[in-house]
Parts: sequence; structure tokens; C-alpha cells
Amino acid sequence: MTEKVIYVMYDDEEVLKDGAKTLVSKGIKIADVFSPFPIHGIDPIIGVKNTRLGIMAFLYGLTGLMLATVGMRFFMVTDWPMNIGGKPNFSYLENMLAFVPVTFEFTVLCAAHGMVITYLLANKTLPGMPAHNPDPRTTDDRFVMEIRLSDNHQSSENEIDELLKNTGFVEIDKKEVN
Amino acid sequence: MQKEAAIREPLILGHKSYHDVTEDVCRPIEDKAPRMWYVLFGIALIIALYGIGCIVYLLGTGIGVWGLNKTIGWAWDITNFVWWVGIGHAGTLISAVLLLFRQKWRMAINRSAEAMTIFAVFMAGLFPLIHMGRLWVGYWVLPLPNQFGSLWVNFNSPLLWDVFAISTYLSVSLVFWYIGLIPDFATIRDRAKKPVSKKMYSILSFGWSGGAKNWNRFETVSLVLAGLATPLVFSVHSIVSFDFATSIVPGWHTTIFPPYFVAGAVFSGFAMVQTLMLVMRKAMGLEAYIHTKHVEYMNIVIMVTGSIVGTAYITELFISWYSGVEYEAYAFLNRATGPYWWAYWSMMTCNVISPQLMWIRKLRRSLLFTFFISIVVNIGMWFERYVIIVTSIHRDYLPSAWSMHYPSHIDIGVYIGTIGIFFVFFLLFARYFPVLALNEIKTILKGSGQSYKEAPDYHKHH
Repeated sequence: MTEKVIYVMYDDEEVLKDGAKTLVSKGIKIADVFSPFPIHGIDPIIGVKNTRLGIMAFLYGLTGLMLATVGMRFFMVTDWPMNIGGKPNFSYLENMLAFVPVTFEFTVLCAAHGMVITYLLANKTLPGMPAHNPDPRTTDDRFVMEIRLSDNHQSSENEIDELLKNTGFVEIDKKEVN
Repeated sequence: MQKEAAIREPLILGHKSYHDVTEDVCRPIEDKAPRMWYVLFGIALIIALYGIGCIVYLLGTGIGVWGLNKTIGWAWDITNFVWWVGIGHAGTLISAVLLLFRQKWRMAINRSAEAMTIFAVFMAGLFPLIHMGRLWVGYWVLPLPNQFGSLWVNFNSPLLWDVFAISTYLSVSLVFWYIGLIPDFATIRDRAKKPVSKKMYSILSFGWSGGAKNWNRFETVSLVLAGLATPLVFSVHSIVSFDFATSIVPGWHTTIFPPYFVAGAVFSGFAMVQTLMLVMRKAMGLEAYIHTKHVEYMNIVIMVTGSIVGTAYITELFISWYSGVEYEAYAFLNRATGPYWWAYWSMMTCNVISPQLMWIRKLRRSLLFTFFISIVVNIGMWFERYVIIVTSIHRDYLPSAWSMHYPSHIDIGVYIGTIGIFFVFFLLFARYFPVLALNEIKTILKGSGQSYKEAPDYHKHH
């Protein structure tokens, strides 16, 4: 099933933001905004929720911390205790100070890589993935607002066009997409 | 958009639009490489190949081809290792620590400094691997199940901490760098005309589209990675210093080592950034983005960290006397007046005196002087590691075992070779990758761009 999508292009992020505010206040839903750099303050206007990747990073870090602790306890205490300069080799806690650096590094390793892998998957950005920005100029100096008619049953196409007129766009493009 | 004080110098000079920023950064990638690039690349490649030849010869023969002896079991290899790791500290410091402190000037240099970091850490990692002698059993440093008992690696050893620190640092810096590169690769992809480069950059850009949610995630990931990388930067060189500090060799087992090594790492890293940036901005026509103010900021960092290093040297000296341990005292006396006095005093001159010249505004804003000092600092920092390592062990408790270290041509070849390999990577980076963080530069254009700052309505509220 194809649906009609309106792409409205701006050449300034502030103009786009003001336009988006007007549209949203009139009850229009904006599906997405494509921009060459993060536009600060656009997310609450178009209703993009803040990402929970930070929480994920914390959980991955916790996993790393646990793995490092369990692993080193097994290697150094349970499986093959070694006498190293007479350090206590029968207890993890008493020898814990020596394990701090590796614990820390492994926590960071798991938190960073876990988060980055999740980020790439969530964003669907992986080697060989197709890009779906509507215009190649959106990675250069243009800002595009995407409005799907299927999201806005309450307004007709003409009504949306009428609203867009005063937002100071530079180009408008309508496409049938799947 | 954020406004900044009017008296603050603009970070982007000239009358640039968003499109101009894209043009300025992408043009060197899209145009044919200048002849000078090929000349430099050729020289670097020859040096790199010579270095690789030396490494191959060494691996085939054994590390006896180095100038080591029974007393001095660590010399140039570990010196080079610490030197390169130190250099590799500027990139992540610039991109992570300065991001947390909201220092916008970092945006001009973070991309290339991070690239430099990764290549430098890569060079550093080579040395411990080579020093194993039997490179093919390098995987023994990992805690893998094995049939020796099963005998695990020693988690009490700072050398093993180093394995974890360096590999974490390298891989985290690499993904941090690449996450930032993805949107910029998308810019190049969308401009590319030739099918091959379009294909290449679309693979590299991972299908980045730049939607609002993408950017939302991007900013969070950058911030959290910065938060993770900041303690990581400090931990890595602290752990490198533990290699020495946890030993019982006089001159090595000092508690001042971790902060002193970290400051030294930042010091030498920024010096290397200066060396590379001053050439790059000229060669690639990026004077509008990396200008005198940026150089001045970096010089201030060099001055501050140089002063910390100088303080550490003097503290060390004082403590060696104040401790009342005669071996400790002798180790330092021997550094300054023994057979390696020339190394000690070149270190002192390069690292303590030369950064103090940066107090003079005229000098720290002079590009030529900065370039000269950046080379001096890098030489000084190499000598620092040489002094710490070689002079501390060349005269131990037993005078009959006293010895000197004379580098063999393989020692020199491997070291020079890594500089060649480093430059091969860096030149490839400068040729094919966006050397400025396009997406970040564009976010500060309106706040810190000259034409915007000088516009009459800049300080009016909307």
C-alpha cells in the first residue's frame, strides 16, 4: 500500500523549528525531521522521546563488572590459586585491590561496546544498510520535515499545504512511498 | 543555538555558510591529491617498510638483536611503547574530557586528534607484542582456557592490567571515533559523483539518514561514551605507570607516577596534535577552522601540563633525598650526574623550560614557534621515558652488574619504522576521511562563527 508523504525543505534550522511549532499547535503530526546536524530542541516539538541508551550503557557496565568479578574470583582463587609475593590467594576480598584495574577496564569495555552495538542496531545503521534521507542535501545544509498524510487524517492535504505556506520553506516535494 | 560572550574570539573565521563548511572539508577528499601528499606518503611508506623489515628480522632472529643486556632488559622498546601511548592520550582527552567541559574549540581538532590517538596506540601496542619475541603466542596474555593446567594469566600483575587497559582504550577510542564519523561519511556519500566512491562511502556511512531520533541517540551515545572515556584516559596511563611504580626498582617505585604520567601523556599528546595540525591546516586550507586561537588554547594546555610534569620532576628529586633511602637518592643523583646526564638534562630543558615560554602571549600565538616547541616537547618526552627506564636500571644494587645501553640499528629501525607506519595511516586518513567533525562544526557555526558574531542582531534576544 502506498501513502502520500510531504517533504518540506528549509534552509535554516530555526525556521524549521518555528514552522514545526506552528504545525504541531494546529494538530499536525510530523513524522520525522532530517538534518545535517542535531537540531537542539526539535525533539519535544515533534514528540520524539528521549533515548534510553544511557540506561542500557549502565546495565552493560554492570554486566561487565559482574563478569570481571566472577571471572577473576574463579581464575585467581577457586581454580588455580597462585602464591604471588605471599599475597592472600584464598580470598577474593583480601586480594581485591589488585583486581580493581582490570575490573574497571572491563566494566568500561562492556558498557561502551554494548551501548554502541545497541545504538547501531536501534538506528539500523550497519554496513551496507540503505540510507533513507529524502534528499542528498539533508546531509549538507538543508533541513527536511516529513509529514505523512496517514498520520493526519483529521486534516486534508490542502489544509496542510495552506498551513505550510507561511512557514518559510524553500522547497516542497510530495511522494508516494510504500 | 547558544550565544557566547562578544569578547571571545570567533572559532570559525570568515563568512561561512553550512554549505561552505561541507565544501571546505569535502573538497580535499574529492579533488585529486596534491603532489606533496604523494611525496610525503612515499617517504612515510619507505620508512614504514624499513621498520617492518626490521620487525620481521627481529621476529625471525629473536630479541637478542636489540641492544639489551642482562642488566638492561627493558630499553627502547618500552620507552617507545610509553611514548606512543602518551601521544595517544590527546585525542580522547580532546574529544571526551573537553566534551564534558563543553569546550567548543575542540571541534576543530577532535576528529584528527582521535585518528592520531588510534594510530599512536596501535604503534604502542606493537612494542609489547614484539617484545614477547614469539609473537605467535601473543594470545597467551588473554585469560583463555588452556591445557597448561589450566594455568591462568596473573591478574595481580600490572603487565596484565596493561593488556586490559590498552586494548580497552584502543577499542573504545576506535568506536568513539567511528560513531562520530558516520554522519560525516553520509555527507560525503551524498555528494559523491563517482560510483566507486559512492559505494565505498555508503558502506562506511552505515546507511545514516539523519532523522530526529537518530540524532537524539547520537548525542546520547557521544555523551555517555565521553563519560566512559574520561576516566578511561586517566586510568590507562596510570596503569602504564604501574608497570614501573609497583616494582621495587629505585627510581621506579614512586607513588607520584600515575598523575605524573597522565600529565606527561597529555603534554606530549597535545604537542603531537600541534605538530600535525599546523601542517594539516595549511596543506588542506583549513585556516578558517583551526586558527591562532585554537593553537593558543592548545599551547595553554601544553603549558599547564608541562608545569605539572616539571613539578613532578622536582618533587621526585626532593623525595629521593627526603626519604633518606640511599639507593633512591643515588638513582636520582645518577640520573643528573651519571653517564646519562645528557639524557636527563635534555629532558629537563625540553619539558620543564620550553613550555614555560608559553606564558608569553606573543610566543604562544606564533605558529612557527609553536611548531618548533611541539617538536622539542616530543623529543623531551621520549627522553623522559628513556631516563626513567634506562638510567634507573643500568646501575643496580650490584656494581659488578652495572652496564650501559647502546641501541642496535634494529632498535633504531623499529622505532623510526613505527613513526613511518604512523604517518602512512595519518596521511591515508587525511586523504580519505573528513578531517573535521562536519556535523559538530555546523552546530557551533551560528554561535561562534565570525560573520554571525559580528552581525548586529547577535546579542539581541529572539
